[in-house]
Amino acid sequence: MTEPQRVAVRRVMTHVEDVFHEFGPAPAAPLRRAAAMAVIANPFAGRYEPDIAPFMDELKPLGLDLAQRLLVALDASPGRVMGYGKAAIVGAAGELEHGALWHVPGGYGMREVLGWQEGVASGGATADVTGVTGPAGATGGVGANAQPGNALAIVPSTKKVGAPGATIDVPITHVNASYVRSHLDAIEVRVPGAPAADEVVYILVMSLGPRIHARLGGLRVEQIERWDGQR
Amino acid sequence: MPDSADCAWSRSNDGMVKGEVPVIAAIRKLVVQVDEIRMEMDRAVEPPTRRAVAMAVIHNPFAGRYAEDLAELMTIGEELGALLGAKCVTALGIRPDQAQSYGKAAIVGESGELEHAAAILHPKMGATLRREVGSGAALVPSAKKMGGLGTAIDVPLGHKNAAFVRSHFDAIEARIGDAPRAHEIVVAIAVTDSGRPLPRVGGLKVGEIVGQDGLR
Repeated sequence: MTEPQRVAVRRVMTHVEDVFHEFGPAPAAPLRRAAAMAVIANPFAGRYEPDIAPFMDELKPLGLDLAQRLLVALDASPGRVMGYGKAAIVGAAGELEHGALWHVPGGYGMREVLGWQEGVASGGATADVTGVTGPAGATGGVGANAQPGNALAIVPSTKKVGAPGATIDVPITHVNASYVRSHLDAIEVRVPGAPAADEVVYILVMSLGPRIHARLGGLRVEQIERWDGQR
Repeated sequence: MPDSADCAWSRSNDGMVKGEVPVIAAIRKLVVQVDEIRMEMDRAVEPPTRRAVAMAVIHNPFAGRYAEDLAELMTIGEELGALLGAKCVTALGIRPDQAQSYGKAAIVGESGELEHAAAILHPKMGATLRREVGSGAALVPSAKKMGGLGTAIDVPLGHKNAAFVRSHFDAIEARIGDAPRAHEIVVAIAVTDSGRPLPRVGGLKVGEIVGQDGLR
């Protein structure tokens, strides 16, 4: 690739769902989850391009834009977001590696919008989480194990090469601790008619709560204490 | 059926749309999608076309039995016309009068019958939907089918004030991965603030609408 490829966004689709119950006792408030999906032209369709990594920088504004759209669609502040995930569906003239371009701009873009700051990864240092009201972790201990920031956990992902209208199950985990069992979830999404052969669908997902009838024990949100993104 | 009275729609929950008072429909899930098209055939669509579809997964009170009187479903249709219509308008971020086209559809789970979709869609839904989009001289185009989990339905779209506006003949797919279960119905309403992305097949244009008879 000799010069940066422009990101041509053809279509954006948002999906919001409120789950009131799944045949069990309905909680006081429904579970709200949302996905934002951008259909873009695949600049590498139809050929093997060895040097694709620079396109990740071009995609960064898209990651931020989809994350912001999610907050609008959810009608929620960053601090209310408790789970997230990401995915990509590559059209038939592309390759799976084109989907992998989304990891950095999608994952870090979304984490940035939710209050993550570079250099604040594991427990210890205390970061300024200005703009993040009520981080979506535990109520926040003080002292040695204070929450060092928000969106500390890796963003789980799936990717595939698929036909127009292909569905993808986007994994969801807690934004601060991947092992929180109640928030291990997934949401099925698709864009009717996309991706065409020369397109890629890049997807971000946010959730405001645990599974609707979560009751399987394991690490609970209020037990997060290592702040290493896992526990 | 495991879900009936105890899962009735809560009036106090987050998903409440202003002005709506659902009374009867037992809603398990609401899904709202907005589809924004910015480019078609590498040409910019300016302004982008935007279509919203709002879906409710409801308990079918007549699942598994034949009932002569389907009035309860008609009332559910009246409620959902308002609820789902408002959800679409809110999701599009427009004033009601800025809505341009609309459509409706239902997918009945296998313990129900096609007539259940008709009872929701036809007698009372149109009136409440039209209130949410400001006006609506034209027929609300519709589709219905029986289906299972993940069944998709193409919701037809037509201009709200003149059915013959050719640029607004369209459709949008509605689908929910985990519905309808056998005893459920998926009800969908679609609203747009635009027609097709690059319309160029002639016919009646928006600027030519008289808006009296619902046709032209």
